[in-house]
Amino acid sequence: MNATLPQTTTPEIPDPPQRLLTYFEEGGHTLGSWLLTTDHKRIGILYLYSILVFFTIAAFAAAMMRMELLTPTGDLVTSETYNKLFTMHGTMMVWFFLIPSIPSVLGNFLVPLMLGARDLAFPRLNLLSWYLFNFGGLLALYAIAFGGVDTGWTFYEPYSSAFSNGHVVTMVAGVFVAGFSSILTGLNFIVSIHKLRAPGLTWFKLPLFLWSTYATSIILVLATPVLAMTLILVAAERIWGIGIFDPRLGGDPVLFQHLFWFYSHPAVYIMILPGMGVVSEVITCFARKPIFGYHFVAFSSIAIALVGFFVWGHHMFVSSQSVYAGLVFSLLSYLVAVPSAIKVFNWTMTLHRGRIHFDTPMLYALAFIGLFVIGGLTGLFLAALGFDVQAHGTYFVVAHFHYIMVGGMVTAFLGGLHYWWPKITGRLYPENLGRLSALIIFGGFNVTFFPQFVVGYLGMPRRYHAYAPEFQIFNVFSTAGTSILGIGYLLPLIYLIWSLKHGKKAPANPWKATGLEWQTPSPPPKQNFAQTPIVTQRPYQYSPEIEEEFIHG
Amino acid sequence: MADAHPTLAEQFDDLPQQRNAALLGMWTFLATEVLFFGGLFLSYTIYRHAYYEAFEEAGRHVKILYGSINTALLLTSSLTMSLAIHSAQVGQQRLLVRFLRLTIFLGICFLVVKGMEYKSDIDEHFVPGARFEHGLPAQAQIFWFLYWIMTGVHSLHLLVGIGLLVVITWMARKGRFSEHYNNPVVISGLYWHFVDVIWVWLYALFYLVNRN
Amino acid sequence: MNFRIFPEQASRIAEQTDYLYWGLLCLSAATCLAVFVPMFYFLFKYRNGKPADRTPLDLPEYKIEIAWTIVPTLIFMGFYIWGSRNYFAIERPPPDAMEINVVGKQWMWKIQHPEGNREINELHLPLGRDVKLTMTSQDVIHSFYLPEFRVKQDVVPGRYTTEWVKPDRIGTYNLFCSEYCGTSHSLMVGRVFVMSPADYQRWLAKGQPGSSLVESGAVLFRELGCSGCHMGNSVIHAPPLEGVFGKPVPLSDGEVIAADEGYIRDSILFPAKQIVAGYSNAMPTFSGKVSEEETLELIAYIKSLANQSPSLEVRP
Repeated sequence: MNATLPQTTTPEIPDPPQRLLTYFEEGGHTLGSWLLTTDHKRIGILYLYSILVFFTIAAFAAAMMRMELLTPTGDLVTSETYNKLFTMHGTMMVWFFLIPSIPSVLGNFLVPLMLGARDLAFPRLNLLSWYLFNFGGLLALYAIAFGGVDTGWTFYEPYSSAFSNGHVVTMVAGVFVAGFSSILTGLNFIVSIHKLRAPGLTWFKLPLFLWSTYATSIILVLATPVLAMTLILVAAERIWGIGIFDPRLGGDPVLFQHLFWFYSHPAVYIMILPGMGVVSEVITCFARKPIFGYHFVAFSSIAIALVGFFVWGHHMFVSSQSVYAGLVFSLLSYLVAVPSAIKVFNWTMTLHRGRIHFDTPMLYALAFIGLFVIGGLTGLFLAALGFDVQAHGTYFVVAHFHYIMVGGMVTAFLGGLHYWWPKITGRLYPENLGRLSALIIFGGFNVTFFPQFVVGYLGMPRRYHAYAPEFQIFNVFSTAGTSILGIGYLLPLIYLIWSLKHGKKAPANPWKATGLEWQTPSPPPKQNFAQTPIVTQRPYQYSPEIEEEFIHG
Repeated sequence: MADAHPTLAEQFDDLPQQRNAALLGMWTFLATEVLFFGGLFLSYTIYRHAYYEAFEEAGRHVKILYGSINTALLLTSSLTMSLAIHSAQVGQQRLLVRFLRLTIFLGICFLVVKGMEYKSDIDEHFVPGARFEHGLPAQAQIFWFLYWIMTGVHSLHLLVGIGLLVVITWMARKGRFSEHYNNPVVISGLYWHFVDVIWVWLYALFYLVNRN
Repeated sequence: MNFRIFPEQASRIAEQTDYLYWGLLCLSAATCLAVFVPMFYFLFKYRNGKPADRTPLDLPEYKIEIAWTIVPTLIFMGFYIWGSRNYFAIERPPPDAMEINVVGKQWMWKIQHPEGNREINELHLPLGRDVKLTMTSQDVIHSFYLPEFRVKQDVVPGRYTTEWVKPDRIGTYNLFCSEYCGTSHSLMVGRVFVMSPADYQRWLAKGQPGSSLVESGAVLFRELGCSGCHMGNSVIHAPPLEGVFGKPVPLSDGEVIAADEGYIRDSILFPAKQIVAGYSNAMPTFSGKVSEEETLELIAYIKSLANQSPSLEVRP
């Protein structure tokens, strides 16, 4: 009853006798059919809408901040407003955009397709996590709209419990609820990858996107609960007026930082591992070559996830933790950089003797590598204890993590979105605009964030509403870059929406890619595959010697 | 899969696959739960080490009678839960319902006893804050803060467990389970045992170690 | 306005941090060359539409992988050691440093010199002297950041942290709070004035402090009633404080603890936390009764007793 669908470079699947209804058509177009769906593909799209809303809000906050920082005196908004803006930017971006971006949107859509499965293991749980996510997001938005929160996304004690005037408890509750959504998503992915692989799809035949999703899920499941508990303690301390981080009782506010970063450092890997997975898929397809060092790329994801659990203390080198703890955390931070380096080397080597196409997803993937290398290298700077003393809490750190999270994750997300857009929507986007947007984003990003390395080393602290005049020139560059970056993000938004109606119809496999998701129609039917595929080959069986035409919009 | 079992969800190929997925899902969730409580156990350990004497003094005021009764209740409930699972696996519908009800009953008893204990704690002002005056060192309040949070979060988990078992019992009465299909009973049982194990730790940390 | 990419170097530590920075920049440049030169070469040479030899090579994959795992690891270890050595130099104050106290509060820095001079958001330092800052906060966490000295340390409520500098260049430098502390965080800034020793002495004299820290501490010690139990021939059984500071103290639970600033502070604010062996927990807490600055004055006084021996016999 199963049909063999070998993964070859030219997967010509025989058209089924009758055209299957796509997942858009089956079940209807009503609002109810979307809000009550358990189809992983529809849930992925629901997530896409949600994170778009949160991203827009957070981006607006960023734009306001950059406007304010154009001049050294705080003249556009008051310091209170500014503090609320960066808190809003941080919480929205981290918990309501970055963490769910690739895992919940692309992951939801792709994991069952790549597994050759009909859905995730727990489809209703999947829908529940979308609702939890939005409920958490609404709580956070409520906190922002009715009074705001000024703690920063880190909620450091004792400021957050005893001194801040904002709606800290509501905000914390929002993040707590969204955290449960992450946990359920991670759980669903872990179980699906373990139990729902198509016949023949052994672990070492899995696409690298699934390896990185698996590693991400481990972090989601094991780190998020620690944050949840820490947030409960903060909320309790705030409501109660007394608590275990309270120095008046002999409590230790630095313990809060340990617990917080035990989650939030691994969370950084939640924000980069899926991006690495996307880039592995894209690089191989557009270089028409199998990935170099499959096992090393796969295991480096797992290594990053595991070692990443033990480096949280590098956020606390000047927090008064012991110097010996600092030594250990610095060492581990250097070690966790090794698997990332391995990935970059393997991607580069994959290009060797390939047939390289410079289509939009590939440009995004190359931009990712460029920005990620800079972000990663500056991570080595910050891991050096003596250097971190100077750079900690300055714009150097701000630039570093934006290179990883925005330069890395957002670029990879856009690359992945373009790559799988024909599959998701059944439409092609205008290729030239796509390439243009990738270039604008790469340029705008560097203009925005590179000067922040310099101004950070000069000593400009983070979260400053007004700053010393000697830092102005760098801030002017940053603000100018932001406007370029803004155009870069707006452009795909416009042409992707345009393509939904006016784009050319996409074939099943416009990129001539291997991988199970390309062997079913675009958009896929609700059941994903007409017949359960059987996998016989390793992934990425591309041949660079064969010349192939891609189908563009 | 036109001839599929009625309880087989469409994303699974067969019942064993579905069962394994459900079990792995619950174990993964329990791993999450371990880390969830982990932060609290870590805080307890750190502060107990830092303020050893304050914790010992504060610990003498915890009401061991209530705690011991509750330990007995919860351990018994784990036994009845195991028997319920066994009944489900051998297809004994009526026994299954009976053991589930007994488990729920023991869980509710636990919460009632816990409520009585909380009431006497409040009456004696063992709530951290302005009215906490017992001539105890300041750090005793950290002990009591942890006591309230940890037992409170645990009770909340038990409440969720009871809710879960109510649903399972309802399903069992409708005859949804058989020796072939009883995943919900088994995974609810895993959760129930986990909540029980957490209590054993809480009992040791709050009621026992401080009285020597 | 002068344009600069590196901050001024006001101390030897600053110089060392900059060397490390240069080292890391070289590492970055080398890595970028190693990655991007081959990458651009491949992208150019193997671009679609250009004829090239694309037959797959049978490369020794495992050897290559192991090589590019081990080589970066070894290089990283070099930088790890370099960074850690610098860190120890930054974190460990030299033994005979002059001591200045810093109390952070929303949103100002309060500074006490040993001679009794006090200043707010300004820190005057003599050139060429090792200076150790003992810091605490009376509300939230702050961070005492001197970019031209490349030092920074969080200032945490409930504990003392230290930072040390040895100014090598006369001038005026920045002082920033670099841990977010609320509404006016960005106004919690100040200036550091490095002066020649003679100018510093003149500045101290001009301030006309009423009494030195030790003297203020001694007055407080009497006013708060500490002397009633801890001094001379009082009837209450309390440990004498002469010769205590800097020495190991045996505690009632068998532990031995070094009597540093943090220990004295805890003993004043949370006396029950550490009971000296042979004594009972009789002391009331002074938490909420003395300010952070007063606590520092008391500590200065108790430190001044470090070289004395108890005035009367130690009773059993």
